[in-house]
Amino acid sequence: MWEIIVQVFPYAIAFTIPLLITALGGLFSERSGVVNIGLEGLMVVGLFSSAITIVNLEKFMPGTAVWVGLLVAAIAGALFSLLHAFACINLHANQVISGTAINMIAGAITVYLARNITGSGNIHIVHGMVRRTIPVLSDIPVIGKLLFTQTYATTWLVLAILVLSWFVLYKTAFGLRLRACGEHPQAADSAGVNVYRIRYIAVMISGAFAGLGGAIILVTYSGEFSGTVAGLGFLAIAALIFGQWKPWGVLGATFFFGFASTIANVSQAVPLFARIPGILLKIFPYVITLIVLVMFSKSSQAPRAAGEPYDKGKR
Amino acid sequence: MKMELNKEYVLALIAVVLGLLAGAILMMLTGNNPLQGYYFLIRGGLMSIERVGNTLATATPLIFTGLAVAFAFRTGLFNIGAAGQMLAGGLCATAIGLSFAWPKVILLPTAVLGALIAGALWGFVPGYLKSRFNVHEVVSSIMMNWIAYWTVYYVVPGYFKGPYLETESRKITEAASLKVAWLTKMFSGSYINLGFFLAVLAVIVIAFILNKTTLGYELKAVGFNRHAAEYAGIRSNRNIVISMMISGALAGLGGAAFYIGYASNIQIGVMPSQGFDGIAVSLLGANSPWGVFFAAVFFGLLHSGKGFMNAMTNIPPEIADSIIATIIYFAATSILIERCWDRLKKYLRGAK
Repeated sequence: MWEIIVQVFPYAIAFTIPLLITALGGLFSERSGVVNIGLEGLMVVGLFSSAITIVNLEKFMPGTAVWVGLLVAAIAGALFSLLHAFACINLHANQVISGTAINMIAGAITVYLARNITGSGNIHIVHGMVRRTIPVLSDIPVIGKLLFTQTYATTWLVLAILVLSWFVLYKTAFGLRLRACGEHPQAADSAGVNVYRIRYIAVMISGAFAGLGGAIILVTYSGEFSGTVAGLGFLAIAALIFGQWKPWGVLGATFFFGFASTIANVSQAVPLFARIPGILLKIFPYVITLIVLVMFSKSSQAPRAAGEPYDKGKR
Repeated sequence: MKMELNKEYVLALIAVVLGLLAGAILMMLTGNNPLQGYYFLIRGGLMSIERVGNTLATATPLIFTGLAVAFAFRTGLFNIGAAGQMLAGGLCATAIGLSFAWPKVILLPTAVLGALIAGALWGFVPGYLKSRFNVHEVVSSIMMNWIAYWTVYYVVPGYFKGPYLETESRKITEAASLKVAWLTKMFSGSYINLGFFLAVLAVIVIAFILNKTTLGYELKAVGFNRHAAEYAGIRSNRNIVISMMISGALAGLGGAAFYIGYASNIQIGVMPSQGFDGIAVSLLGANSPWGVFFAAVFFGLLHSGKGFMNAMTNIPPEIADSIIATIIYFAATSILIERCWDRLKKYLRGAK
């Protein structure tokens, strides 16, 4: 049993990390009052832009290409999310329709461009990220094996971003303002906060994080762009709700979902898991999110103003 | 009111024009001639009776999902779960079609009815959660989409596996298919099937429900103002559930039209894009049943012509999806167009 867990653990972590960073992006956006169901599309944008970057650079500098790819993905995601920000913040558009449009535009245009480049629409990279074992720390009994053996550098990057996000959201003036915009934008405005600017920044952060999430999928476990992230963006939204819009809650939720999906994915190879029907493991995140929504319907932690455009004239 | 409606159609048309312009820019960016591209796109959808049939067959699921989204919109609900409802309906219809060896007159209506019920059930869950627990229907429909996705993913290989591929079901027999010989022959071998007539019937029925019945009146009243409707004695909670069920049933029928009409088996690992295209169809059709019909036929044309365009030029077929996606974006941001429109009108009036 223990050995199997040790075996599965790195896969579960690899699956969790892109989910975590994307859900964190959603956290920023929703806490500022903008619902972003375009995360899926933003992940695809990140996946695509990093794939293009890495394919072109890896001949000259295989090591750094991966990191440049991650950076480009974050920038591309942030830029693409401006479409959503502009529609939702300036034009008071329906945020769900705009998010859906983002998903569709991203899915269609990236494949369109990829086909112009490769013909088949798939882009493969040769060099992904290398798994490394951290010296000293991996010798710690129990957790050394689980956490510090065969890890990706991106895992630590994302965990650092998680801690930083928590700090920014709860310990800085900016974070307080951002949360205020999501709870009661009118009050924030009357206290001198520029609601539009804060929301723009928050949506761009969500775009950058989701883009990064897509790129991490590419450099860690998938190695190719094929025009989709197979619903991971929506799973991130489910994790955001299950984690009740809080950074540590999101960490727990993504890990929980990531582990369940990993077990489902490896169940054919591991006899112990084969007894659990895969269908239950795969639909479990969505069902449990529905249950959580029902359970917390009276005392929901959802940002109050999420989904509502902020209109200065309306008090 | 009449003025208002006209404006909606004008805005929809402007969104289409902008979407086509964006498509043209995309074609130019990749070194293609957009005029040539659109010429082949339209020719590919209309140049023969067979291709006209294919256009209508491609439009059929879109009519259903568009109606589904539009109907929910009229009640103030956003049904983003049409894709999942389609999958549920399609899976149910395929399962019935593969499980029984009845004659066509019994099997086909049963399969279609099964799709309708499965879709309604998939719509019932978000509707019930909304009315009873005030859970936002968008979130719950998204969850239901992925529950349907993974259900198909495991049920099809488990029970209806095809002979060669793990990733799709066996082909349904002729008896369970919406395709009929005389229609296929009439359109010289196209994909058109009875689903199209079902879709036209659905448009008529939905238009009737919305405009001529008490139920439709109540649903629209809830959509305009839930609290005012309640004050007037309309049970809005009940209406929310009914609206989502009818919406789901329509999308479920769309699933039947696609999986046992246009196609003849169901594939796993695919979230049907028609579910989301339905949002575009509904927006473009200004949420009215006949508007939805024409919008769906237009999108059907884009989708069915893209293959021919791809064969004649270097333009990848994803251009059609790009155009539709951009149209949704422009429809969502129509307030910008509206502002420009109003400013232009003011300017013209000033010039007089």
